[in-house]
Amino acid sequence: MTCTGNVDHRVLLNAFEEGADGVYVAGCMEGDCHFLKGNIRARKRVNAVKKILDEIGIGGERLEMYNLSSAQGGRFAEIANEMAAKITALGPSPLNKARSGNGCCGCSKEGEAK
Amino acid sequence: MIIAQQKPLKDIAALISDCKKVLLVGCAGCVTVCLAGGEKETEIMASSLRMMREVEGKPLQTVTYTATRQCDPEYIPPMDEMVKDVDAIISLACGVGVQYMAERYTDKWLIPALDTKFIGGSTVHGEWVEKCGLCGECILHKTGGICPIIRCSKSILNGPCGGSQYGKCEISKDVDCAWQLIYDKMKALGKLDKLMEIQPPKDWSKSRDGGPRKAVREDVMIG
Repeated sequence: MTCTGNVDHRVLLNAFEEGADGVYVAGCMEGDCHFLKGNIRARKRVNAVKKILDEIGIGGERLEMYNLSSAQGGRFAEIANEMAAKITALGPSPLNKARSGNGCCGCSKEGEAK
Repeated sequence: MIIAQQKPLKDIAALISDCKKVLLVGCAGCVTVCLAGGEKETEIMASSLRMMREVEGKPLQTVTYTATRQCDPEYIPPMDEMVKDVDAIISLACGVGVQYMAERYTDKWLIPALDTKFIGGSTVHGEWVEKCGLCGECILHKTGGICPIIRCSKSILNGPCGGSQYGKCEISKDVDCAWQLIYDKMKALGKLDKLMEIQPPKDWSKSRDGGPRKAVREDVMIG
């Protein structure tokens, strides 16, 4: 995704449904959005999805948003390590635990059986 | 438009706890505009329910579809095939759409995913306010385009009441006094004399009196 301003609730949820143990969204620095408020709005959507994850038993702490510029390679690596350590400490997503030995889920769109 | 809001996800999940496959039906009408039951919200709810159930170890199969309008019978039949093997239908329409679905699919359990709140419009993106009381006889021409029926807490026709202070209603400092707004608007229009006319008691027979209302246009009826 080229811009966090385009982050959709469904994209984030889909990552967890596909088995992600954690997801982080890296947006530009606040105040530096090329589209003015894209990253601010993205954070609101990320917070909304965190609430959903709490409600469905996966845990909102598995999703985070960070702000950094594309020139901050060191910070990007630092965040990646921070998030990886957090997810390692949390362990596999409850969805993955439930799936162990169960195969995958079945979702469907526009009338197609999944 | 009709403004609706989603019921808590856990409440909907509890209602379908014994279902293995459900159809979630969004509506591309009012509830899409007020971001409660459009295609996006339908897919989010379906995904959330699937994951919730999988965490519980009871996988749920979902089918999603968004009707052009659930309040028009012609848009319901395209779902005939989809409903055949589902245990329940979750409708993300207003109360009208849910009833149309229930009327066609008589052997299916219909679950409303939304609470239908009011008729209104948006103020800013993400906020909607009530604007019309559906009283059945519009008097906005007498009140400067501001509805006293729904925007005045007492629905009075000859206002303001004694609870109006500094332009706000006595029920809350966040609620404008509709009659202050009406007075200001009529003054700006140079029509304060119209407000001096005493309004007789409203004819409520055109509102909820006599059961469900019906509107008929014989000239557009087919057949």
